Amino acid sequence: MSLVIKIGMASCGLAAGARDIYSAVEEYIKTTKSTNIELKKTACIGMCFAEPLMELSSENGTTTYGYLNAEMISAIIDDFASGQPQTENVILSDSLEGQENETLKAQTRIVLRNVGIINPESIDDYIGRNGYNSLQKAIKEMTPKEIVAEVKESGLRGRGGAGFPTGLKWQFAAHEKSNKKYIVCNADEGDPGAFMDRSVLEGDPHSVIEGMAIGAYAIGADEGYIYCRAEYPLAIKHLKLAIAAAEKRGMLGRNIQGTRFNFKLHIKEGAGAFVCGEETALLASIEGKRGMPRIRPPFPAQSGLWGKPTNINNVETFANIAWIIWHGANEYAKYGTEKSKGTKVFALAGKIRNSGLIEVPMGISLRDVIYKVGGGMKTDKPFKGVQLGGPSGGCLPADLLDTVVDYDSINNTGAIMGSGGMVVMDSSTCMVDVAKFFLNFTQNESCGKCTFCRVGTKRMLEILTRISEGTGVPEDIEKLESLAKNIIKGSLCGLGQTAPNPVLTTLKYFKDEYLAHIEDKKCAAGVCTHLLTYEIDEDKCVGCTLCARKCPVSCISGKVKKPHQINQEACIKCGACYTACKFDAITKS
Amino acid sequence: MYKQIFNKYSPEKENLIYILHEIQDNHPQQYISEDAVTEVSEYINVPRAHIYGVLTFYTMFSTKPRGKNIIRLCESPPCFLKGSENILKKLRETLDLGLNKTTKDGMFTLELCACLGVCGNAPVMMINEDVYGNLTEDKIDTIINKIKGEAK
Ligand SMILES: Cc1cc2nc3c(=O)[nH]c(=O)nc-3n(C[C@H](O)[C@H](O)[C@H](O)COP(=O)(O)O)c2cc1C
Ligand code: FES
Repeated sequence: MSLVIKIGMASCGLAAGARDIYSAVEEYIKTTKSTNIELKKTACIGMCFAEPLMELSSENGTTTYGYLNAEMISAIIDDFASGQPQTENVILSDSLEGQENETLKAQTRIVLRNVGIINPESIDDYIGRNGYNSLQKAIKEMTPKEIVAEVKESGLRGRGGAGFPTGLKWQFAAHEKSNKKYIVCNADEGDPGAFMDRSVLEGDPHSVIEGMAIGAYAIGADEGYIYCRAEYPLAIKHLKLAIAAAEKRGMLGRNIQGTRFNFKLHIKEGAGAFVCGEETALLASIEGKRGMPRIRPPFPAQSGLWGKPTNINNVETFANIAWIIWHGANEYAKYGTEKSKGTKVFALAGKIRNSGLIEVPMGISLRDVIYKVGGGMKTDKPFKGVQLGGPSGGCLPADLLDTVVDYDSINNTGAIMGSGGMVVMDSSTCMVDVAKFFLNFTQNESCGKCTFCRVGTKRMLEILTRISEGTGVPEDIEKLESLAKNIIKGSLCGLGQTAPNPVLTTLKYFKDEYLAHIEDKKCAAGVCTHLLTYEIDEDKCVGCTLCARKCPVSCISGKVKKPHQINQEACIKCGACYTACKFDAITKS
Repeated sequence: MYKQIFNKYSPEKENLIYILHEIQDNHPQQYISEDAVTEVSEYINVPRAHIYGVLTFYTMFSTKPRGKNIIRLCESPPCFLKGSENILKKLRETLDLGLNKTTKDGMFTLELCACLGVCGNAPVMMINEDVYGNLTEDKIDTIINKIKGEAK
């Protein structure tokens, strides 16, 4: 019996220890002198929560194991090879009974069609799954106009955040008359909580390259750039390999597949600046400058890279293109809602059981995403909110869980779809604290060009800090709202225009919490340390003196082997005693 | 001194960020010195002020010497919700080190950063180009000891 073993070696797998698993399988093959095992690398199937993962397949079926460590490997392989697969740690299986996986069943994989299945370093794997056929079809059988029309017809909207119709954007760029045009892929993914672009680049780089090449042909560009954040070294490595392989096979370069179409593709690395995800800042960064956004118009379609017409799309947007060209616009438009067609990839993170990546048709409800596909809450604490769209988005409460996921429905709530990050929070999260975090983020990342974005966010942050420290006053809420309004109006790019969203949505849906902080000086979640009181439970304290020794301000007193006390006036609420106590004798409230 | 790097890139402004990345990565103390700025400015013929402007705009560049291993712990919400604060505390204790400081032996620099895009395995940190996830306090000991062991 021959056996194929695949290990998920994307960043998430590696972060969880996939390298050790890979070595363990290599070791197994060596010591057992097996000649019938083929060991392969793949990327992330989306189940980051269960990494590291190993998929075994033979004529008897395919089973994926998770939560692995190196010691488990040889037994799993032995048992699988003997026809008696282990039933522990099974994540997916097509042969074992009772292993139906809800997480995958509810998904429709278009963008992620190859991710976690193929070896991203192999162009043959990609070609073997219909890869580059769409490009051939596009440049040999279709006119640029027909491609633009097809993409328009599909209803695909940009996945980078704003949801602008992709076909229309291509039409603008195609209409520009110029001897030189560029096509650019935005791979600067910076929203905290979003990682779908990384996964696509690491797991299926050719799908992005193919999408870009089709786009280039459609708008009349002959040169392109992928701007990737430097925090993604593996994505950059896979892209470089993929570009070299595609050039060798005549999918990039001059006279592609014997046609007159030329397309040269480059990679540019960022260097750590969130605002470079904004398209005009990104173009400045490619040109080797500080990544500062500029006023639009002119839009990049008219004047982009080095003043030439330029079309910019997101990674996920491009990854849809080959599928649409092959299967047709109508097939794509079968998925989704009236104004948001197709599927969307979401990154589930935070207090959710199945953290990782999922791809679902637009129009599914938030509840289904979190409870069905995402497996529900990770702990037994109740759901409190979900942050959509990162620092530009908003936080939605439990009674909005039936909101369907499409651009317009989510915008109506005050949040945004954004790049598709969903950070799930339970009752141990303080909403004032969450708002403070996101504002701190945008405040740090503001490029400083617009006064309201630069100074306004700072003032808002000061107010939030004050509230979380228990010195807020009732007028603060109004002040936050009015500052927010002005920042939205007075900023030229999306960073400032959306920076107040997390504050505005938490104010809208969790106002009670703000009031509790301001009026009662209470943080129900127990997060805002200044509002906490630490006390020693006399019954539990054995007088070991550890807390007194750990206290940095020496405010704990008591005799050896006698219960200790905390001097509340002097306590700075650092929590050192709470973490130090081995007898659970210290309570915080 | 930077000839080898310059040979790889034509003297154009668009290559500036690449050149700076390479200079920093190849410096044992992972930073860009004043001398380097002067040489780059001469090579691509732009004022030093432009180079400093770019250097200080992007958070990954450092104008101060750092350790051989740069630890960047993610402080974004998904990691925070999964306890990145405790990991920070543990790192500071283990390395006896403050934030943005370097150990005396020049082995480690400890920094915080925004989301590294591995939130499904929070809490997460990067050491140089390697990602470590599902961090626990015990894992920190193992990871740090391993790197120390390899250096010997
Ligand atoms: C502050 C800021 C950050 C952004 N970051 C990204 C990003 O990381 N990735 C992305 O694709 N778009 C990002 N965008 C949106 C881009 O400006 C642009 O709209 C997008 O790349 C267009 O691609 P699409 O039409 O395919 O969505 C950002 C916008 C702003 C204002
Ligand atoms: S939030 Fe830490 S890696 Fe994304």
